[in-house]
Amino acid sequence: MKKLLILGAGTAGTMMLNKLYNELEREEWEITIVDQFKTHYYQPGFLFIPFGIYSKQDVIKPKYDFFPPGANVIFSPIDKIVGEENKVYLEGGKVLNYDFLIIATGTQTRPGETEGLKDKLWYKDIFDFYTVEGAMALHQRFKDFEGGDLVMCIPEVPYKCPVAPLEFVFLADAYFTGKGIRDKVNIKFVTLMSGVFTKPVATKVLGGIMEEKNIEVISDFYLSHIDNENKKIFSYDEREVSFDILTIVPVNMGSEMVARSGMGDDMNFVKTDKYTLQSEQFENIFVIGDAANFPTSKAGSVAHFAGEILFENILSAMEGRPLQAKFDGHANCYIETGFGKGALIDFNYDTEPLPGTFPLPGIGPFGLLKNTKMNHYGKVMFRWIYWHILLKGKELPIEADMSMAGKKRV
Amino acid sequence: MAVKTIAGVQVNVSDDGYLEDMDQWNEDIAKEIASGLGIELTDEHFKVLNYLREKTKEGASLSIRSVGKSGIVDVKGLYKLFPKGPLKFSSKIAGIPKPTSCI
Repeated sequence: MKKLLILGAGTAGTMMLNKLYNELEREEWEITIVDQFKTHYYQPGFLFIPFGIYSKQDVIKPKYDFFPPGANVIFSPIDKIVGEENKVYLEGGKVLNYDFLIIATGTQTRPGETEGLKDKLWYKDIFDFYTVEGAMALHQRFKDFEGGDLVMCIPEVPYKCPVAPLEFVFLADAYFTGKGIRDKVNIKFVTLMSGVFTKPVATKVLGGIMEEKNIEVISDFYLSHIDNENKKIFSYDEREVSFDILTIVPVNMGSEMVARSGMGDDMNFVKTDKYTLQSEQFENIFVIGDAANFPTSKAGSVAHFAGEILFENILSAMEGRPLQAKFDGHANCYIETGFGKGALIDFNYDTEPLPGTFPLPGIGPFGLLKNTKMNHYGKVMFRWIYWHILLKGKELPIEADMSMAGKKRV
Repeated sequence: MAVKTIAGVQVNVSDDGYLEDMDQWNEDIAKEIASGLGIELTDEHFKVLNYLREKTKEGASLSIRSVGKSGIVDVKGLYKLFPKGPLKFSSKIAGIPKPTSCI
């Protein structure tokens, strides 16, 4: 029997398991997936927890629900990959051999990387919403917040879901408006980037929404440390911003396992060919999702589009054929803007987010870089699509390659 | 893309003024780009510039954090050397492409 091993049973790993389990001959291939945790989180839902829109129950399910019945499942932390020997060492010494390996170990938040973050105000006045614990603690804090400075800070790139901090401040604007205290809450958006987004057209449109909603944008702010005593954040060029509640995207890094395996860049993201999704070091190792170092958003939509390319290429590699499918860096993100509306962006390595309609040119139903009710419904429906279609590796009616149809150059 | 004369040499530059070919770079070009940004280059600056060029040749993607961990300079020092643009200005002066924040 030949062995396919998948490390990581999050969005990307689970999706690849289902796709390949349905494709590969059962008599020929033994498929194993390894993860240290038993709970699957619907991570896009974390954003809604602080505002009481979702509860914990809405975002968790057992991982087992999404595995095909014949796959081998091992719950264990991973020590390292030894690519030269086609072996993976689990913590505790167990060794797994493989013919092909898929790395899908994702990205993790590292609050310890920022001075003063995991200090005495952590989960009292300082929060992340990238963990269910952080999102729930923030929900509690919001309940008795009577006003003051609410700061959203992005201290480092890359990080998971680039639009989530934007959605957070838009939803906060709506939430405090609903509570009747918006005039008492100063919302500040602090980022190390030069604007609210990296690409110019989207930055202009989204920056406009910020202005409309009276959210202050403080850019080029590279966070040095947090002063817990005086409730201030400081940049390396010695600017300061005070806060009553600080919500932060902790520094994101790949798994320590990647560093121990000698396969990562300085943020522990696996060095990967951005077109073929093959490891730069080993021909029988492929990488998908947030674990990879390719220059696109760390997001489920990217993992989904990349999954179709990886599927084709790993099958080619298994049959000794050249890798012909090329990933274009396609990302597609709904952006909640509050008050039942949303925006949508669709882009890739080469094309920045542009205005237009999606997925059907001229028809939609979704509007690109437009703030509409329909886009909000898209986001609401997505949770169902995620659990029932995406994780199971089924087809969605959207192409893996980004299309220019329906987009307008500006 | 455009052709521009910097320190007497014709070089290809991008729309926002970054060298298109890092092999067209020399120290005089660095000095002229730097003075346009209000920076006078010292040996400390050149240590950073050479590090950035080496890493870029290796195909590494650069971040302020990774330069700060390089042992050449810490993040505070990098801000002192290249105020207002620790990575953008240093990349421009080093003749390497504009840093991409991967989003």
